[in-house]
Amino acid sequence: MTAATAKRALLGLYIGLFFLYLFGPLLVMGISAFNTSSYPTVIPFEGFTWDWFIALARDKDMIYGLQNSLIIGVCVVALAVPVGLAGAIMMQQIYPRARGFYYLVVVSPVLTPGVIIGISTVIFWRDLTTTLGSRLLYNGDFLTVLGQSSFISAYCMLICIARLQRFDRALEEAGLDLGATRTQIFFHILLPFMRPALLSSAVLAFLSSFENYNTTTFAILADKTLTTVLAGRVRQGSTPAISALAVVIIAVTVCGALLYEVLKRRDDARKARLLRVASTAEAQDLAIA
Amino acid sequence: MRSSDGHIFVLLLPLLVIVGFALMALVDRRRGHLAGPGFFARNGVGIGLYLLLAVSFWTLLVIVLPQLFMVEMAFRPKLPPAATGGPRDVYTLENFRYFLYGSTTSTAAWNVTHLTAFWKTIVASILVTAGNFLLCYPLAFYMAQMAKAARVRLLLLLLIAPYWVNEVLRAFAFRVILGTSGVLNKLLLGAGLIDAPVDFLGLDVGLYAGLSYAYLLLMIFPLYNAIESLDGRLIEAARDLGAPWWRIHKDIVIPFAKPGIASGCTLVFMLTSGALAAPLVLGGPRSLWFTPIVYDRFYQAFNWPQGSAYAFILLLTCVAFVLAVLRLGKLSLGEITR
Repeated sequence: MTAATAKRALLGLYIGLFFLYLFGPLLVMGISAFNTSSYPTVIPFEGFTWDWFIALARDKDMIYGLQNSLIIGVCVVALAVPVGLAGAIMMQQIYPRARGFYYLVVVSPVLTPGVIIGISTVIFWRDLTTTLGSRLLYNGDFLTVLGQSSFISAYCMLICIARLQRFDRALEEAGLDLGATRTQIFFHILLPFMRPALLSSAVLAFLSSFENYNTTTFAILADKTLTTVLAGRVRQGSTPAISALAVVIIAVTVCGALLYEVLKRRDDARKARLLRVASTAEAQDLAIA
Repeated sequence: MRSSDGHIFVLLLPLLVIVGFALMALVDRRRGHLAGPGFFARNGVGIGLYLLLAVSFWTLLVIVLPQLFMVEMAFRPKLPPAATGGPRDVYTLENFRYFLYGSTTSTAAWNVTHLTAFWKTIVASILVTAGNFLLCYPLAFYMAQMAKAARVRLLLLLLIAPYWVNEVLRAFAFRVILGTSGVLNKLLLGAGLIDAPVDFLGLDVGLYAGLSYAYLLLMIFPLYNAIESLDGRLIEAARDLGAPWWRIHKDIVIPFAKPGIASGCTLVFMLTSGALAAPLVLGGPRSLWFTPIVYDRFYQAFNWPQGSAYAFILLLTCVAFVLAVLRLGKLSLGEITR
């Protein structure tokens, strides 16, 4: 065996082990969801069953938590994406001497542990609502949306900044010269340009919100989301119903990812077609002239 | 100082900073250092208002004020609601004293439980961070410099896939494998390698494996991004000049990828030391992680000021770690948060 093939074998082994570490736990958990054994395990595989999925569907707390997680996820997307976009635009326009400080403030939630964000959100809104004399806003869902938005907006902002850096300001000036108002430029030039960044921000925001535990467990107060119900169940003891939930989540996200890929391909094809139509039209115009 | 004045101070502080910058901007504009149209002229009134409102809501009500309120609360005593604002409501270091020395009625010199948990959390987080770096660096290098584009796209997809599943479930998966009647014990028993099940969770093997697993992705992506932008011809040149493989990494790849390495390390450290799910699910009976203690201060002991103080200590540790990494790598914050 030559040195090159040995090296290649070693590399293959390393990559294989890496992905075994990555997928092994999920695979084992996935299989345990179908085992009749009441403790989640794979060995011995006592028999195939769907019972754990049925137990999961009957679990009222889980279903309630799931609904709540979905509501919170949608609210976080609705809040964090516009805020992140505004944060990114502001980054370009802010008074240059304040830029460093501003950046430090808006990026800090990314580098702060989630538990601390949850704690500080709860303390602030408890004090504020007590002072204002109305407890209406001291509500688990509301606090969770705010707490999660603090760092998820920062993710969205970072994505938007990357895209905004490639924005050609000449387009804006062209629009102004053609008589567009500032507002029209924002909606007809900037927003369409930012669309891919906004879409990926929205997907990222929803997923980060849906799977968040650290911030949520503090901010949710007495209410529940899927992850907090789940954590409670796992602490009480292991049951294959939890594995079943993991299988459902994996199945849904794989379908979602496939759907996203299909839609993206279709969108790309549509854009390519538009471009083709535009260039033939232009060629015809030139030919006539 | 009475702590009822504290909130006013905390509310005024960010306002003062904003006014300060606004005045500076005004002076600069007068002197002609700032040119171009004003904010509203540039964005229009409607969009300008949206930008201003969204950013001030986010920075003030969502980021800065909650943090300041938490820090302020860390210096308050624990009082029944009736005594709030009363003569006993003065600022104190009691919560920090408690962290170091424990209850005033206890005989021990130090607050051993909390200090050990804190120390253990920091050391374990550093080890997990270093371990993840060693684990991820070769793969990141392979993907960034050696593999073909199609292969890289496949690997990236495979890397992201496990992270669709949430943190609690990922930790649970390790419990299924490492529990006393888990898969690994069954395998080892079946193979005759051990006679009695090994309590992997009690030995904290599960905890460290779960923590390292949980944040693998956040190490590999910054590394991959950094190494990917390195011009491959530099490596070829070094190889042609006879540099051994370890010198290529030490003198070319690692210095170049420094911002990515710093970024991955800070993220993994921060997330590990602040992790709550993995310690709750995988921690053995004897392993005390710091975050569950913080959680208990709030929702078991109902001592919010003390919980805030503990959270503040954790926050300071993370800030210290970020600063240390920046100093060590001679980097700026902007370079590691890309």
